[in-house]
Amino acid sequence: MRKRFLQLIACIIITAPFVSAGSDENIATNLQEEIQQLRQRTQALEQKLSSLNAGTPAVTMGRAGSSYMNLSFDVLMNAGWASTPNVDTLQLGGHDPSQRGFSLRNAELALDGAVDPYFKGFANIVLMTDANEETGIELEEAYVLSSSLPGGMQLKAGRFFAEFGRHNNQHPHTWAFVDQPLVLNRMFGEDGLRQNGARLSWLAPTEHYTELTLGIFNGQGSDAYSFRYTGETGADGVTRIYGRATTGRNLSSAGDFLIVPRITSSFDLTDSQTLVLGASAALGPNDTGADTSTIIYGMDAFWKWKPANAESGWPFVTWQTEVMGRNFKAGADTTAGLPAETLYDWGAYSQVQWGFVRRWAMGLRGEYVTGDKSVSEEATAERSTKERISPNVTWYPTEFSKLRLQYNHEWRKDSGDEDAIWLQFEFMLGAHAAHKF
Amino acid sequence: MKFNDAINTIVLTAALFFGFSSVIQAKLNVVTTTADFGALAREIGGDLVNISVLAKPTEDPHFVDAKPSYIAKLARADVLIEGGAELEMGWLPPLIDGSRNSKIALGKPGHVPCAEGLALLEVPATLDRSRGDIHAMGNPHFMTDPMNARHVAERIAAAFSAADADHNAAYRQKLDAFVKRLDEKLPAWEKEMAPFKGKRVVAYHNSWPYFAQRFGVKIDLFLEPKPGIPPTPANLASVQSDMKTQGVRVIIVEPYQNRKTAENVAQATGAAIVDVAQYPGGVKGTEGGYIELIDYLVKSIAKALKEKTDK
Repeated sequence: MRKRFLQLIACIIITAPFVSAGSDENIATNLQEEIQQLRQRTQALEQKLSSLNAGTPAVTMGRAGSSYMNLSFDVLMNAGWASTPNVDTLQLGGHDPSQRGFSLRNAELALDGAVDPYFKGFANIVLMTDANEETGIELEEAYVLSSSLPGGMQLKAGRFFAEFGRHNNQHPHTWAFVDQPLVLNRMFGEDGLRQNGARLSWLAPTEHYTELTLGIFNGQGSDAYSFRYTGETGADGVTRIYGRATTGRNLSSAGDFLIVPRITSSFDLTDSQTLVLGASAALGPNDTGADTSTIIYGMDAFWKWKPANAESGWPFVTWQTEVMGRNFKAGADTTAGLPAETLYDWGAYSQVQWGFVRRWAMGLRGEYVTGDKSVSEEATAERSTKERISPNVTWYPTEFSKLRLQYNHEWRKDSGDEDAIWLQFEFMLGAHAAHKF
Repeated sequence: MKFNDAINTIVLTAALFFGFSSVIQAKLNVVTTTADFGALAREIGGDLVNISVLAKPTEDPHFVDAKPSYIAKLARADVLIEGGAELEMGWLPPLIDGSRNSKIALGKPGHVPCAEGLALLEVPATLDRSRGDIHAMGNPHFMTDPMNARHVAERIAAAFSAADADHNAAYRQKLDAFVKRLDEKLPAWEKEMAPFKGKRVVAYHNSWPYFAQRFGVKIDLFLEPKPGIPPTPANLASVQSDMKTQGVRVIIVEPYQNRKTAENVAQATGAAIVDVAQYPGGVKGTEGGYIELIDYLVKSIAKALKEKTDK
């Protein structure tokens, strides 16, 4: 390339004297044209040369591939006060503020990366401090996701949040409020429905997004609260749930697995509005008898508006609502004098978040949860009617930190009203996982 | 059991849809993250391809919502064209995972990370978020340099040929025509910008180093104190004082940036605001394609610089 370029220069130099020496005007014009052409060609070559230089394999690409795993650490810290000193009777979620003053209930180490050409791996390890400021640890999630199944299929296997509704499989730092919705607590316990198991998902090859998922889990322990959970041990050393002694039943047949089917569809209403609708169910045995079972079903909706010229994601409005119902077929407990009965509960929450100006968002959430009267007084009390209203305001300095102030007012049918105010601070280090919609 | 019925229904529906999906597509399905790649894909693919662009040309490319409908689009894609320099890292990865489309998986010929092979500018020596929103691989707004677009066009043509070998000749021909047009245009653009060599221009965000390098202007004063951090009064005061002392009188603003802030600075300094976009269709008059976009950028910036220099 350089050689040709030099030849061209030489050509120009050699031809130059002829131009000045030529007496014939025609020749001069011709030569001038030729020079012009040569100049253009030289310029074109120069350009090509510079583009070749620019195209040298970039060393910069190495950096992105220098790590086999994305690593991030996210801390959620709360400070605040509640009208009752027994904050744990008010804030029921496992990652909610747990006491007056300061509490740190979610310091989350998240790992993810490609395992090999066939799987991606994810893990979330959560550290939390209790009322004595002792640190507890839990393996919140650890699973693989298939990346090369044909036919729109995808397999997830390991320990993970069941895909039921919208809120259940979201991590606390992505929540629009400080705490877990009451209805999720009623159905799934303090940590949500989270189990060892597998799920198969199928993405419909349609114009609209439609996904069907089917999860299969052991369905045991406190993270499968409405299912094979033995409940807490009472003063007499007996484990009970809803007043009934539990049997500690094991998986005895394939029918004893917890099954979680779900369908989700999404519609872009306009360029700036998207609606996601879903319906889920969870079916499996519970621990109050040898053949007792529970069914939970839910509907969820999420709508978002964001204009096409939003700056850093602002302004926006989101609306999210979930309704859930549960039939808990409780077995008879003859010792306690309780007959077999079906406990019915239902509840809902609806929340709006309005990002009114860059970095700022206001939120409002209303909640209701109730359970019908049971023969068991204990079951009635634990499943009493509650309403809660929670306005909040959040300031997001960047997508790596936030500061949130939230007020909760709760009406409780049996035990009077309570108030709480919480300030939440979040910071995140490391690779920020991309946001799902 | 009722539940067994539900399972049966799901399996049947799945089988039905799976049957439909095997209907052969005549045209190549191409998805691009942003409209600049979309415009190049259109030049090279023409009628042989269907193109879906995910981000709107007026949208902030750092903060695009990972809408489920994008998953449906990616699931049907034969080719995905993306920047590959972390610009889309906040929203593209879950879409690719969700699409479960092995044709566009990382490293497959159907996945085109356009930055690959380009020398990116401003590669940080250390990664430190106290310096704002910086990208590990360098500044990802590389398409504002037509020479980079030329390289990207070649990448796209190669990807199209690999995915649809029958039309190899057509893609090559369209690529050559585009490159020829671009090569003819470049000297004209450079000539138009030549009088303003070394002139400074203010931008809202640091998305213009490639344009600046190509055309010899300096776009190194920013209304944002750090990339991704909204303008602060202190930074705006410092920018205004620099503008006054150095006679900088042109501010460029993109569709998703806060024009009001720029207007205030312009008013205080007697500067002109030029509405620009990195993406064809982002501002009026750039809908035609990539060359029309650069044409618009060069003309509007040169015009503002000329007017403000003559005064």
